[in-house]
Amino acid sequence: MSAALAMQLVVVAPLLGAVLVALAGRWPALRDATVLATAIALFLLVLRVATGDAPAGDAFLRVDWLEMLPGLSLALHREPLSLLFALIASGLWVVTSVYAIGYLRATREHRQTRFHACFAVALAATMGVAFAANLLTLFVFYELLTLSTFPLVAHKGDDAAERGGRTYLLVLMGTSIGLLLPAILWTWAVAGSTEFTAGGLLAGRIAPSMATVLLLLYLFGTAKAAVMPVHRWLPAAMVAPTPVSALLHAVAVVKAGVFTLAKVAVYVFGIDFLARLPNGQLAVWIAGFTVVAASVVALRQQNLKRLLAYSTVAQLSYVAMAAMAATPVASAAAAMHIAVHAFGKITLFFAAGAIYVAARKTEVGQLDGIGRRMPWTMAAFAVGALSMIGLPPTAGFVSKWLLLGAAWEAGSGFMLAVLVVSTALNAAYFLPILHRAFLRDEREPQAHGEAPLALVLPLCATALATLLLFAVHGPVLALALGLGGGAP
Amino acid sequence: MALAWMPPSLLAQLPVLVVLLPLLAAPLAAMARGARWPWAVATAAAWLAFLSAAALLAVVLEAGPVHYHVGGWEPPWGIALAVDAANALVLLLVSAIAAVVLPYARLSVQKEIGDTRAPLFYAALSLLVAGLLGISASGDAFNVFVFLEISALATYVLVAMGRDRRALTASFQYLVMGTIGATFYLIGIGFLYAMTGTLNMADLAERLPELSDTRTVRSAFAFVVTGICLKLAVFPLHLWLPNAYSFAPSAVTALIAASSTKVALYLLVRMLFGVFGAHFAFVQQPAPALFVALGLVGLLSCSLVAISQRDAKRMLAWSSVAQVGYMVLALGMVSLTGLTAALLHLFNHALMKGALFMALGAVAYRLGGTGPEQLSGLARRMPWTFWALVLGGMSLVGVPLTVGFVSKWYLVLAAIEQGWWPVVAAILLASLMALVYIGRVLQRGWFDAPPPGRPQEAPLSLLLPTWALILANLYFGVDTRLTVGVASRAAAALFGAAP
Repeated sequence: MSAALAMQLVVVAPLLGAVLVALAGRWPALRDATVLATAIALFLLVLRVATGDAPAGDAFLRVDWLEMLPGLSLALHREPLSLLFALIASGLWVVTSVYAIGYLRATREHRQTRFHACFAVALAATMGVAFAANLLTLFVFYELLTLSTFPLVAHKGDDAAERGGRTYLLVLMGTSIGLLLPAILWTWAVAGSTEFTAGGLLAGRIAPSMATVLLLLYLFGTAKAAVMPVHRWLPAAMVAPTPVSALLHAVAVVKAGVFTLAKVAVYVFGIDFLARLPNGQLAVWIAGFTVVAASVVALRQQNLKRLLAYSTVAQLSYVAMAAMAATPVASAAAAMHIAVHAFGKITLFFAAGAIYVAARKTEVGQLDGIGRRMPWTMAAFAVGALSMIGLPPTAGFVSKWLLLGAAWEAGSGFMLAVLVVSTALNAAYFLPILHRAFLRDEREPQAHGEAPLALVLPLCATALATLLLFAVHGPVLALALGLGGGAP
Repeated sequence: MALAWMPPSLLAQLPVLVVLLPLLAAPLAAMARGARWPWAVATAAAWLAFLSAAALLAVVLEAGPVHYHVGGWEPPWGIALAVDAANALVLLLVSAIAAVVLPYARLSVQKEIGDTRAPLFYAALSLLVAGLLGISASGDAFNVFVFLEISALATYVLVAMGRDRRALTASFQYLVMGTIGATFYLIGIGFLYAMTGTLNMADLAERLPELSDTRTVRSAFAFVVTGICLKLAVFPLHLWLPNAYSFAPSAVTALIAASSTKVALYLLVRMLFGVFGAHFAFVQQPAPALFVALGLVGLLSCSLVAISQRDAKRMLAWSSVAQVGYMVLALGMVSLTGLTAALLHLFNHALMKGALFMALGAVAYRLGGTGPEQLSGLARRMPWTFWALVLGGMSLVGVPLTVGFVSKWYLVLAAIEQGWWPVVAAILLASLMALVYIGRVLQRGWFDAPPPGRPQEAPLSLLLPTWALILANLYFGVDTRLTVGVASRAAAALFGAAP
């Protein structure tokens, strides 16, 4: 199979999987097997895309589907950042499917077929975002991602789910239609193209002062990146079952947001043009403010999943800040942090879900002494937490190092200060949880052990990956550094 | 040539066939007994008209505008039909909607109107379709008035057949407003005839420029535009529309929502560009400012009213007024992209609203209404209908891969080209308001517990036409060669005719 064909199948395969899952709904064992098979097939396809030969010259591998509007086609292409994002999302989907099957069965969720089918559609949309060759294609899949994840957020169907789902949909679609769409149209109107082009396509076609406005439209229009004040949907999305929070709201959906920002910065504005924008630092400041503010809010959260959600808001803005800093090292740091945060945060959410399944505990205050009852889960949680803080020997250290390097290269005291303060804040809200779990005694002893194996294995795997990524980060770094030009 | 298999003698008759077939079906339907035969006659006529319109569009796209003299009488004595890309598209749209709505109408009408009045219903429906097609095909300003009245009288009858007694007041209200509109149009045409001595549109366009500085022509312009705007339900001349749409039988609402205002918009475009000329209409007269202002106010205020409606059918009726605002706004931009956007939205909005009203008609068929009680738990009671509402609603909001997105793309692009940023914001704000009002309906259908009772999906003869339009919404949202191609070509031709 050629890499070009595989790249198209990457978008189609999960959709096909969703149909099969829906058809197999009556037989749970067959359905769950289909889910796993789809996830594995998708990962293999993405690997095939990654290993395919580059076309001659330094153009990206590219497939045009059809011309949707005159001069504007739906098209896919392969560049380093899309490979990185697709590999992470599809790889973690395999792990998450195991976890989701175990979680849904253990909690006896209703409508599991709908859940798995929507999940597969969401992954198809994620792959579409990852390989989109222009802003139009990206927007199409971006919206599809919002719509396909809505039934997952509102899965429980009770009042809280209804409220959460409403906030989710209104914020995400409000910003994408209200800000992102005009930004794309504006780009099209001035540049006559929406193709992602190495070196950017806006330079010299738009007045720099207007370009700053356009940049802010992109920054706030891409609400999936959760830059304040358009972050409200992410805590609201925590009403979803934990596998959704783990893969979609720690990896696929939120990363689609920062991924879009990084692509826009590198391939639409171009790093050189971005660096010359008057007041271009405004975007860095907004992202930096979000990092600190979200960390402060996280400090005050009692609910474990909400705490993790605010931590995600903060971590995403690291990526946004790095992408907006507009230097080659900063772009690489942004790409690296997309990968690193994915592994760490999915581990944390997996652990939160395992705690809920085994002990029905959702609040931070209830976790006293739980480390002794669930040693594997909490050990993995500790790894994830250390990665969030950025301590060795976890992957978080690698990206934090790069981020510091980027701040140094940009000569930005502001970025340095944000990194230092937020590291301290991260430690301030993660270390007390570890302290509670391992060093305090249980208040009301409950006889429960670890969660089922289908939950514990995935979270140990992602924790292990977080550790491994510290030691073996070469290939990821190579992709991250390739961002911006040249064939992968 | 793609239509080589058709005899040339038949090809030449296409423009008149499109109009004549439904017109002939009307008396046949009225004379037939029972409910089945009138329905069959009307449906067959609509389908034949649809096929003729499709062939006509193919001819026009390949060989340029078609001129037809009814009865062989040369204008200015005889009636001329003139079909170019713009009205070929409208003819195709109207006949296609009729061809989809009529199969749908059989069960819906059986339930809402009954078999005894069915022959009259189908006769009136055929007359309505014939009138709308006639307006679109005609190249003669007075002939347009005749067809305008045919379609309007048929609509009054059809609206009055609604189940609710309030349909009678709605119909009467429409009759008063519609008659004022038609009279204004007639007065305007009279003035033009007095000045030029002709009613043929092409002749008018030739003779008007040298007379354009007279008060009579200016008054004629005001009367004609106001009259058409009444038919088009431009804010603030829209008050007849919400009642007429809410209380008419389901099949009628689907048909008129998808075609009547669209034909009125086409007529407005034709009179502005094809008769008065863009220079006169947009430079010498303050039409653009008026269109933009009224379009914006209508768009935002009527979207707001739509949000406050409890009944879904009424909500969509208000949404229709808001959507007219988009089209008038696009027209007021006086640019090639703006005109393209208006024509495109004319086509696309017909697809969305036709589909949505048909889905609501299916709800009314099974559950007796479209209020909040009926919509609760619809996702479980009537899943196929519910998903039709979801997709139609997404199209209305402008989600990518639906026709709504294509419309929105061109509307916003036209506004950006003008550098009208507040207008861009207003267009997008109105989309978000659509998200709110559609979202409320869908939320009720998805989350609320259904009332007790066995779930039952609508019958296939309602579902299939509804889904046909829904699929058209998706298809033309991805493959835009036909819609964008014809719309931009028509816009270029209209601009080129009167620079």
